[in-house]
Amino acid sequence: MARSDEFVEKRCVISGIGQSDVARRLGRDPLELTLDACLAAINDAGLDVKDIDGLSTYPGGMAPARGFSGGGAYDVIDALRLNVGWYDGGLETSGQLGSVIKACLAVGAGLCNHVVCFRSVWEGTAQGSGGRAAVGMGNEAAGGGFHATGMMEWSLPFGAASAACWIAMYAQAHMHRYGTTSEQMAQIALNGRRNAALNPKAIYRDPLSMDDYMASRMITSPFRLFDCDVPCDGATAMIVSRAETAPDLRKAPIHVEAVGTALHDRPSWDQLKDLTRMCSHDAADQMWSRTDLKPSDVQIAELYDGFSYLTMNWLEALGLCPLGESGPFIEGGHRIARDGVLPLNTHGGQLSAGRLHGYGFLHEACVQLWGEGGDRQVAKPLQVAAVGAGGGNTCGCMLLTKGD
Amino acid sequence: MSTEGSFRILPRVTHANRHFWQGGERGQLVFLRCGRCGVYVHPPAPLCPVDHGKDLHPAVVSGRATIASFTVNHQAWLPGVALPYVIALVEIEEQAGLRLQTNIVECEIDAVHIGMPVEVVFEHREDPDADVWIPLFRPRGEA
Repeated sequence: MARSDEFVEKRCVISGIGQSDVARRLGRDPLELTLDACLAAINDAGLDVKDIDGLSTYPGGMAPARGFSGGGAYDVIDALRLNVGWYDGGLETSGQLGSVIKACLAVGAGLCNHVVCFRSVWEGTAQGSGGRAAVGMGNEAAGGGFHATGMMEWSLPFGAASAACWIAMYAQAHMHRYGTTSEQMAQIALNGRRNAALNPKAIYRDPLSMDDYMASRMITSPFRLFDCDVPCDGATAMIVSRAETAPDLRKAPIHVEAVGTALHDRPSWDQLKDLTRMCSHDAADQMWSRTDLKPSDVQIAELYDGFSYLTMNWLEALGLCPLGESGPFIEGGHRIARDGVLPLNTHGGQLSAGRLHGYGFLHEACVQLWGEGGDRQVAKPLQVAAVGAGGGNTCGCMLLTKGD
Repeated sequence: MSTEGSFRILPRVTHANRHFWQGGERGQLVFLRCGRCGVYVHPPAPLCPVDHGKDLHPAVVSGRATIASFTVNHQAWLPGVALPYVIALVEIEEQAGLRLQTNIVECEIDAVHIGMPVEVVFEHREDPDADVWIPLFRPRGEA
């Protein structure tokens, strides 16, 4: 094991964040949204476009389904006429945050100084009124036509057409083994909605009660409608900068304390060793091995909720609650509320603030650490935030700190 | 419940997966198996993940399995599908951790549970390219 000061992510900071308009459907050019977010992040950092010498994005320009990517690396490099020392765009990485972590590695390796990282979606507009079925099932890109091929060969013939079905089976296994209940899982949705009410850019801001949750239609048990995130249009960006550039930056930067990218299991949704764990555990263990901080130091957590259960899994993976005890931990919702011991998904998460796909959580962690949360700002002073994104076989996490 | 007549997107039969999708014609659930170490390999791969040998051959298993997890799906992800239906992950008797996504049939939905013993039953689907026999699972009595 290298000495902790040798971990290259510690040479990196997040210097600025930006976000486009966000809505259920905007009907606008996705690349325009992407560029809005990138320029906002560059401006937020106090940098000029000419200062940007790196670019990283997830999933890049070759998206498996309509609406999944609002522009690739080359699109943005060309639109902004960037001169980059390093760039990357791709889907096969440690979740959506894998792209930000790769940017840290590139800065740490000396290939660039200021990397614009972005994630852009237009799934709301792409689906129109046709729902999820309108954007295909992921087999077309593999040349499958009307046949199931690639990874989908083993799920699509059985009608397991969505990650909702696969992750529902993880949640069911967790409930079976640990006694987790739907009322407990509901707290992820209810907490998100309470926070979204204070986030002017959130998609769903009306109050959501336990009765509303329990009465919502079942999608794929145990997931009800409100356990599933809401497709939207919007782009999120952030700038990863070399720590030594701090004097050039507009704000006191947020330090990247540690990152986690590991995958110690099969890259599969059905052959993984333990259905109640995901590679989030591998990534989290690796992250904690790269810092002297402990889970008890985390003051706020922004954890992926593409489906509510995923957030519970991240709580356990990161050691923010004991293994198997995420249900009791979130029960009643008081621990994860903005005034609780561990404020969680303070912008509303993807369940209520929109499926900005991973980057929304990192954006919100920065908002909170910078004290820019407005009505939803956590009252206590914040210095340490944990962010985890992804699920199944594609997970990444980051630990962020801010000095006084 | 039955899934006969319900719409399915079928797999494309290839040299690599023919043993799996057409084994059901003879009522057999078939996986690739390493001739050296005996491990079953799924999904099909060019070499054994344990010893990296290429001595892989189709091998018939009992068709007995246990439900590792399941979900009752109510959402119409695809047109023409009868709702609801049970998607399950079943673990085959011969090898811990070797699981298939499948549907549970010939069973009341409310009776489906984790740990339930099941056995394979095949649903023949015609396809202009190549017919397939979809492996589904139904409850079995305690053997």
